[in-house]
Amino acid sequence: MEKLLQVNNLKVSFDTYGGEVQAVRGVNFEVNKGETLAIVGESGSGKSVTTKALMRLIPQPPGRIKEGEILFEGKDLAKYSEKQMQKIRGKDISMIFQDPMTSLNPTMKIGNQIMEGLVKHQKMSKSQAKKRAIELMELVGLPDAANRVNQYPHQFSGGQRQRVVVAIALACNPKLLIADEPTTALDVTIQAQILELMKDIQKKTDSAIIFITHDLGVVANVADRVAVMYAGKIVEIGTVDEIFYNPKHPYTWGLLGSMPSLDSADDELYAIPGTPPDLLNPPKGDAFAARNEYAMKIDMEQEPPMFKVSDTHYAATWLLHENAPDIAPPPAIQRRMEKMSRDVQYQTKGDRP
Amino acid sequence: MARYIFQRVLYMFLTLVLIATFSFFLMKMLPGTPLTMEDKLSETQKEIILEKYGLDDPVPIQYLKYMAGLAQGDLGISFQFDNREVTDIILSRIGPSMQLGAQALLIGTALGMLLGLISAIYHNGFLDYSSTFVAVIGKSIPSFIFAGLLQYYVGLKLGWFPVALWGTWEHTVLPTIALAMFPIAIAARFMRTEMLEVLGSDFIQTARAKGVNKFGVVFKHGVRNALIPLVTVMGPLAISLMTGTLVIEKIFAVPGIGEQFVISITTNDFPIIMGTTLFFSFFFVFIILVIDLLYGIIDPRIRLAEGEK
Repeated sequence: MEKLLQVNNLKVSFDTYGGEVQAVRGVNFEVNKGETLAIVGESGSGKSVTTKALMRLIPQPPGRIKEGEILFEGKDLAKYSEKQMQKIRGKDISMIFQDPMTSLNPTMKIGNQIMEGLVKHQKMSKSQAKKRAIELMELVGLPDAANRVNQYPHQFSGGQRQRVVVAIALACNPKLLIADEPTTALDVTIQAQILELMKDIQKKTDSAIIFITHDLGVVANVADRVAVMYAGKIVEIGTVDEIFYNPKHPYTWGLLGSMPSLDSADDELYAIPGTPPDLLNPPKGDAFAARNEYAMKIDMEQEPPMFKVSDTHYAATWLLHENAPDIAPPPAIQRRMEKMSRDVQYQTKGDRP
Repeated sequence: MARYIFQRVLYMFLTLVLIATFSFFLMKMLPGTPLTMEDKLSETQKEIILEKYGLDDPVPIQYLKYMAGLAQGDLGISFQFDNREVTDIILSRIGPSMQLGAQALLIGTALGMLLGLISAIYHNGFLDYSSTFVAVIGKSIPSFIFAGLLQYYVGLKLGWFPVALWGTWEHTVLPTIALAMFPIAIAARFMRTEMLEVLGSDFIQTARAKGVNKFGVVFKHGVRNALIPLVTVMGPLAISLMTGTLVIEKIFAVPGIGEQFVISITTNDFPIIMGTTLFFSFFFVFIILVIDLLYGIIDPRIRLAEGEK
């Protein structure tokens, strides 16, 4: 598979009055052409900051990319100037944002918002761009596009607006599409529609997708590979099957365990105890140690490296060290994982033919 | 749309009738008559004059008579300037006030918006602090101080523009600048705050993610969304500027309506007081209508539904 994006040791910090907040603390991952990588993690784990850093959309100051490389087709975006980035944004890499209610300009016609990128990157004339905008609106499933192209965002529903946002992101056939929780603000039926739409479009255009979410159900549905982030680092990365059926990091266990499912109605829902660490002063050792019931002495002192589980599966936990005791996930979580694996199989097979 | 405007105009007239009624009775509650200051007249002479102008009627009768005249567009005849129609007097005086006000408003809004934009774009930088400084000065120092300084330094020492009086466009330069300081400050302050808020909103990030450059982000996406609050404050300001400012007119000896209005109150010149009040009121409701229409042009969400389908 051809590599599209490789992120090496990316560190992003925000300078505040309280000091330096280390939002992203050395992230490594890669994205291949045409694949979908899901980044999961709780709020504040650095998912959004990581992806915004890829597009260099982090407001500077207070934010800054402290260290690391963002190799997109072999060129390091971290060293690009603002001018150079403007040629990449919306053309090679584009982004779908979380809240469709606020991510469209309320005083600009939908058509003009879709056309903007086309006119800028593909040097289209106004009339060409308008034609293409109507095509895009039809592609994302907005009926009566020829008329609606002249309407304003407030004349569209939430789901329709997210379709418009998708159309804007797709306008120039980007090689990489970053979706920052694109379905979080939508209700469940619309979520499913938008996910279907994105999968459809990926098939047609062969773009790679980075999908940020904290909804593991969505991950099982769309992703090829999954990266689990915690406290500004990737703690486990692998294929969907590896993460769902053979998770190695206690944090991943916790995440999977805290997913509600229909047959767990009479159990108490598992919650990971404690709160994420303060990234103003990241803890010594493993950042998850304080919340980890399997933490060992070394977790408090040294940060675990990424241990290799398989060619595609890595996890940063000392439990994988050869000297570590053999620990299986707690039975309750094991049971849940078994149930879930059945659910996931059902879900993937249950896709529309 | 036409129906909406028609409706609004109807309400405007209703408002004006109410304003006329209230001001008429309020004015009648002022002590004295137009002849209070005239010592040389005997009581009989005063009675004859009062009778001539209908001022000896009971107040409600006077009110009805006045309103009947008003319905025919007759604002009456001034007491102090014999045989001069109130309409004539107002029209001859309003020109300079309106011109000064309009010039100050245009220059003030344009410059203020520019300053505010610069502030927002270079947030917390040197340019931001400098333009905020200008805004604070414009807002906190009264216009007559600027007027005096301008007259002395620009008018007298440098001799670039006439110090006072009215005539050519050059006469309007100094009073316009003095008047414009306040709108500059207001527009700059509002533009800065609004622009900062708009630039932090999600759709600006969407625009940046499309590859739009800084200029496009600010002017194509930002400004229009920042205009609504500005229009809201600039409307009433426009009215107070264009209906004449007594102080500036006095300092620059401009034959405006502000001075006229004050004299008419101190001399109990009822027809002029009523006429000017009504004229200002008309202007006020008219500007409010214009502002409401402007809202719709700026923000499509405030636009009226285009007919029912």
